[in-house]
Amino acid sequence: MRNRIALFSIFVVMAAFSLFGEARNQKERVERGKYLVSTMGCNDCHTPLTMGANGPEPDMSRMLTGHPESLVMPPPPSLPEGPWSTVVAATNTAWAGPWGVSFTANLTPDPETGLGNWTEKQFIDTMRTGRHLGIGRPILPPMPYFMIGAAHDDEIKAIFAYLKSLPPVKNKVPQPIEPVAAK
Amino acid sequence: MSNQSNFIAAALILAVALHAGVVGAEGTGLPAAVRAPERLSETGLYRDISNGTIAPRNLSFEPQYPLWTDGADKARWIRLPDGATIDVRNTDGWVFPVGTKLWKEFAFGGKKVETRMLWRARADQWVFASYVWNDAQDEAYLAPEVGIRNHAEIGGGARYSIPSQAECRSCHESGGTPVLGFNALQLSDERDLLAPHQKPLKATSLTISRLERFGLLYPRRPDLVENPPRIEARSPRERAVLGYLSANCGSCHNSRGPLAGLGLFLQHEIGLSSMGVDPALATSVDVAGQFVVPGTSRDGSRRVAPGAPQASALVYRMSSRRPSSQMPPLGTGVVDAKAVELIRAWIAEDLGAK
Ligand code: HEC
Ligand code: HEC
Ligand code: HEC
Repeated sequence: MRNRIALFSIFVVMAAFSLFGEARNQKERVERGKYLVSTMGCNDCHTPLTMGANGPEPDMSRMLTGHPESLVMPPPPSLPEGPWSTVVAATNTAWAGPWGVSFTANLTPDPETGLGNWTEKQFIDTMRTGRHLGIGRPILPPMPYFMIGAAHDDEIKAIFAYLKSLPPVKNKVPQPIEPVAAK
Repeated sequence: MSNQSNFIAAALILAVALHAGVVGAEGTGLPAAVRAPERLSETGLYRDISNGTIAPRNLSFEPQYPLWTDGADKARWIRLPDGATIDVRNTDGWVFPVGTKLWKEFAFGGKKVETRMLWRARADQWVFASYVWNDAQDEAYLAPEVGIRNHAEIGGGARYSIPSQAECRSCHESGGTPVLGFNALQLSDERDLLAPHQKPLKATSLTISRLERFGLLYPRRPDLVENPPRIEARSPRERAVLGYLSANCGSCHNSRGPLAGLGLFLQHEIGLSSMGVDPALATSVDVAGQFVVPGTSRDGSRRVAPGAPQASALVYRMSSRRPSSQMPPLGTGVVDAKAVELIRAWIAEDLGAK
């Protein structure tokens, strides 16, 4: 009888330890993701810039929410022949080039307009294949999916865990506009 | 050592192992994944590849709603292991025995370009392989995992790409079952004569009645012979449209795969068709999607706008081969003009009339 009690209490203690460990792992993972997102430069393009006293600064009240829905862009200017090929909005969230116009995505977990309905697998597949959700249209420049996709699974998972931990913000980013010249 | 310390030691080891995630961890002790052979001649499709003779035990089939692949001429075969049967208890989810191989060969202008293979090598592994034909047409070699972009000229300035493994899996592993063209609807004896690009059956083509006669189905399904599966629709044209969308789009646009959240269900399920409105119609006709057809207002754009093909996202995206809007998003570089015409006519005439 005493054996069983000893055995049982060891299990209880270890199980509690295990659960606690899970929670701690998750917390560490989110912390790691936060570090990766801030050092890999996701804010550069996914957080709108505003003009501040010291020049353009990321508007952290709209952190990682992508191109602002309220900012409707006029058609991009056409560039003369030559090495200048791309035009960027003042917010750094809309990019016009030979691929058409791309708008940076809302990376907060809003289910309708952000990553709320994405699974971890879809996020990894997107970065590895360069296709929307891993199976859809090719992702447009200048999104550096190939650089993110070169990271280890654990790191991409950490980035996703951090993005999922953000407060969801509703901001519907427009779909990309196709180049005029294409058929 | 006493009994008690034995117990405690064992419990500790187990608990530590559990904690460290060793017990039940993924990938431990499993054999490495099976790889496809390097040459097509090693897969068993041909008896003699140098003169193009197919091994007699491989049976040919023609799905009634074929996938559009830029006008490729296709041939398909299946090989079941000796004495094995297909488990057809679930009419919409046939289960193939371990060892099953299926091939699909692509030719343009009489020249073989690619042969794809699906092989259930183990209970838990389907091997996807693509073999690329040489100029002499006497051997085909395993394509790299990333595929081959713009591999061959196919006329009209278009070039044909060999899909990557990830692309095979996008279509073949985004629904319930990896086999897409060998199922109750595709092999029905009552063929849809309006289906775009359907090839006539050969005397040797497998259909349900032949499968049943050869005893290849388990359990026996005389019901599928007496009542051949067909799509119930309001007009013959609508039937062909639903069949086309099911085969060409339903592998991604269904309620089970990664795109379920989009809520566009184009895959036809025989089991569901007897109950009320077809899911393909319910989730598209007069339904506003996320994608807005350029040139229409958000309120005007519909997945299928009755009477208005120009405001219908389905038509717009099927008619596009620009990477950011084309549908399907991969596996094709040339618009299926015949199918677009069929769907336009359905939207303008069948749906516009009411
Ligand atoms: C140089 C600018 C730039 C940087 C840096 C950048 N992105 Fe993006 N991102 C974009 C653009 C532009 C798009 C929209 C592309 C499109 O619509 O095809 C995008 C789209 C996305 C999408 C949506 C893809 C889809 O399939 O819909 C995700 C997720 C994403 N980015 C995550 C990240 C993460 C995580 C980082 C940092 C590790 C990052 N991005 C860094 C520009 C950038
Ligand atoms: C665009 C989606 C798509 C892609 C990409 C794709 N397939 Fe398929 N495949 C289908 C559909 C749909 C069918 C059934 C209809 C037909 O054969 O015309 C099919 C049929 C097949 C068949 C005959 C057996 C069956 O499932 O009916 C084989 C073998 C096959 N594909 C292998 C492959 C391989 C290998 C790749 C990658 C190199 C690949 N496919 C890429 C959609 C796709
Ligand atoms: C390989 C997977 C795949 C196949 C096959 C495929 N699609 Fe899609 N489709 C997608 C993805 C991913 C999206 C979501 C992203 C987007 O809109 O590009 C999508 C979106 C759509 C949309 C927009 C829906 C909305 O509400 O915004 C339409 C319409 C559509 N597809 C039609 C089709 C048609 C018609 C076919 C067959 C001719 C087809 N698709 C085949 C992957 C696929």
